[in-house]
Amino acid sequence: MENTLESPITKKEDEKKPIKKMMLILSKATIDNVYACFILANGARMEGIESEIFFTFFGLEAITKKKLEHLHVATVGNPGMHIPTLLGGLPGMEAFATKMMKSEMEKLDIPQVGEFLEILSASGTKLWACKLAMDMFHLDKSKLIDDLDGVLTVGDFYTRAEGDSTQLLFI
Amino acid sequence: MVVEKIYGELCVTCNEQGYLTDLNQWTKEVGSEIANEEGIDMTEKHWEVINYLQDECRKEAPLSIRKIGKSGVVSIKEFYQLFPKGPLKISSRIAGIPKPVSCI
Repeated sequence: MENTLESPITKKEDEKKPIKKMMLILSKATIDNVYACFILANGARMEGIESEIFFTFFGLEAITKKKLEHLHVATVGNPGMHIPTLLGGLPGMEAFATKMMKSEMEKLDIPQVGEFLEILSASGTKLWACKLAMDMFHLDKSKLIDDLDGVLTVGDFYTRAEGDSTQLLFI
Repeated sequence: MVVEKIYGELCVTCNEQGYLTDLNQWTKEVGSEIANEEGIDMTEKHWEVINYLQDECRKEAPLSIRKIGKSGVVSIKEFYQLFPKGPLKISSRIAGIPKPVSCI
């Protein structure tokens, strides 16, 4: 092996072991969590990294046709909002905070949930729904977005995560 | 840090990530050589996208994948097919424009 010539550049790349695949699990339906998940998945694709999202529990709302454009930010139990809990619970508070957040995001050229899902699908991000959560919420595929790649069990999802440089992330 | 690189017969200045620091130094030959480094086989469609990116850069318009998808030049799906290993960052490098800072 001593006589083998190896390019120092290729060797360095191999040692770095860059991420090859991001497997994201979205379990929440608040708009901040949904966007965090989408931006991570999209950002991975932009860097040439594969990405897949597994929508489970409340995360399913982000791919439910009738609900995905009506997601809210939580004003109660969310210390990051700096709104006292009692005020946060007032009628209209959540809608107001959501409207503010959406307008700020539009300024930053961040698309709405529906358009974002289209971008993700076009970029090659795989979108999976969790079978167990669908059964629990009595959801069938017709209620979910057309761009959905399929319905998986958690075992199926882990199988898809195979490979040396895969990262799993729970949101 | 700025480095000088020779593409074909031309010497250009690049930043440490290999992006040209001055679009005026760009020629199609330089673009082809960078595409070669990135392992991209340039077609007419590739050059069409590159021209669009350069026009936008000269207008000082910020670039994002969302905007390119809406430009009518290329769809997001095609854009990923043209430059699979990172459409925006690789096409920008070939186009001789700065690496976009967008997350979308």
